[in-house]
Amino acid sequence: MNKTTFIETLQSAFSGKTWAIVTPAIYETLYMVFFTTILTAFFGMLLGIFLVVTDRDGIYPSPRFNALLGSVVNGFRSLPSMIVIILTLPLSRMIIGISYGPKACIIALAVTCVPMFGRLVESSILEVSKGKIEAARSVGAKNRDIVLKVLLPEALPSLIRSFTIAVIAIVSTTALAGTLGAGGLGDVAVRFGYSRFKTDVLLAAVLVMIVLVQAVQFAGNGLSKFVLKKRHLI
Amino acid sequence: MTPVKNTVPSPHRGFIRISGLKKTFQPRDKRFDVLKGVDLEIDRGDVFGVVGFSGAGKSTLIRCINRLEEPDEGDISIGETEITRLSKRELDQYRQKIGIIFQQFNLLDARTVAGNVSFPLEVAGEKKEKTAKRVMEILDLVDLSDKADFYPGQLSGGQKQRVGIARALANNPDILLSDEATSALDPQTTLSVLDLLKSINEKLKLTIILITHELNVIRYICKNMAVLEDGRIVEKGPVRRVFEDPKSETAKLFLKIDAGFANFGWSDGEGI
Repeated sequence: MNKTTFIETLQSAFSGKTWAIVTPAIYETLYMVFFTTILTAFFGMLLGIFLVVTDRDGIYPSPRFNALLGSVVNGFRSLPSMIVIILTLPLSRMIIGISYGPKACIIALAVTCVPMFGRLVESSILEVSKGKIEAARSVGAKNRDIVLKVLLPEALPSLIRSFTIAVIAIVSTTALAGTLGAGGLGDVAVRFGYSRFKTDVLLAAVLVMIVLVQAVQFAGNGLSKFVLKKRHLI
Repeated sequence: MTPVKNTVPSPHRGFIRISGLKKTFQPRDKRFDVLKGVDLEIDRGDVFGVVGFSGAGKSTLIRCINRLEEPDEGDISIGETEITRLSKRELDQYRQKIGIIFQQFNLLDARTVAGNVSFPLEVAGEKKEKTAKRVMEILDLVDLSDKADFYPGQLSGGQKQRVGIARALANNPDILLSDEATSALDPQTTLSVLDLLKSINEKLKLTIILITHELNVIRYICKNMAVLEDGRIVEKGPVRRVFEDPKSETAKLFLKIDAGFANFGWSDGEGI
């Protein structure tokens, strides 16, 4: 490799020249993460609720539908993210007309992340005790009331933690998608850091990702704790 | 072998009538006949206790009354309403007339005390102002007015059960079911919760059905009782009669154990 020392590489990683490359990539990454997160939150939540509600022991049992839904989720989950992204890029072409760039990748990313978040939502909601559901039933609550007024509010602290995990997974999957033409930090890290041996750029990109993940985790933990404290559960 | 039926014939036509109630659980290849044909009549305004050892079917029995558990066979009617014939929608409506309290309280942690009590009114589609007024009324009744904005996480077990009672009473029910409501409480708290139930029974003319494995609870607040053994009622009648002249083996055993702890003497603990 180059004859530069580690210190020099480190210095270069913080130089303006490096950041001129990395900064636009940060925006691309944030853009993709943001919109993927919105899609994942919405559809993952729906998916998770359906998985719980239609379960054999759920409030609206529908074992066949549940088994089908579960199999589809498992199918997506059993494939590596990279394969799912490649498989779903044609879907992007169908929906928004192009199959490359950040916008196209958002849909592919959402498809990989929704099943994952759906399972996390499922397990969070399952933590709500059966007794609370029964208590709601006993005063005549309908299924809709039980979902909106019991399951989701009661599971909120756990849902926040699940969501945090999902966002972090989205960050890392976004980096992966970057190498498939989506742009962003992953793309920069691979194009410069790997293909052109520009370790300084790689280092800068990695640092940004670490900071990003830390920030998300910190915010998630804080929010979850805030809710638990408000409810005097910790 | 044959279960004792109507040891003391009830002079009134029962307000709550249960006949031939059967319930079987079939998890996988197993089969548990939990209720094997239960007949009961409970009068309006009664405080009716059901005792039985663990696994006798007490909990299943009480939960069949508001169909948290669906009976397999038999009928349950309250007044003119046949509970077992109600459609899902009608049942949701009717459940507002049957309150239930639980051993584990089952309060919503996400809601304040007032929020928990307003829950039944919200799902019944009650107006906001009316709900707020009713919530304060009920909290006053259970002596928790000053805790309206507290979360369940800030309350003691006894206070939680008072909130549970308040929630169960929010819709002005005719019947209150108590599923081991005091079993998780210490003796002093148990007493205060039982006093509350007693006063509610008198003030609101509420019919209370409670299940328990503690004879003291029965002795303290029940007027009539039944003894449940292995899915069948083996004895029923006025509490005093059953206590003074138990006919069934289970009732005798219950009383023997109850008296027994006092008669067994002291453990040899002096050496410690």
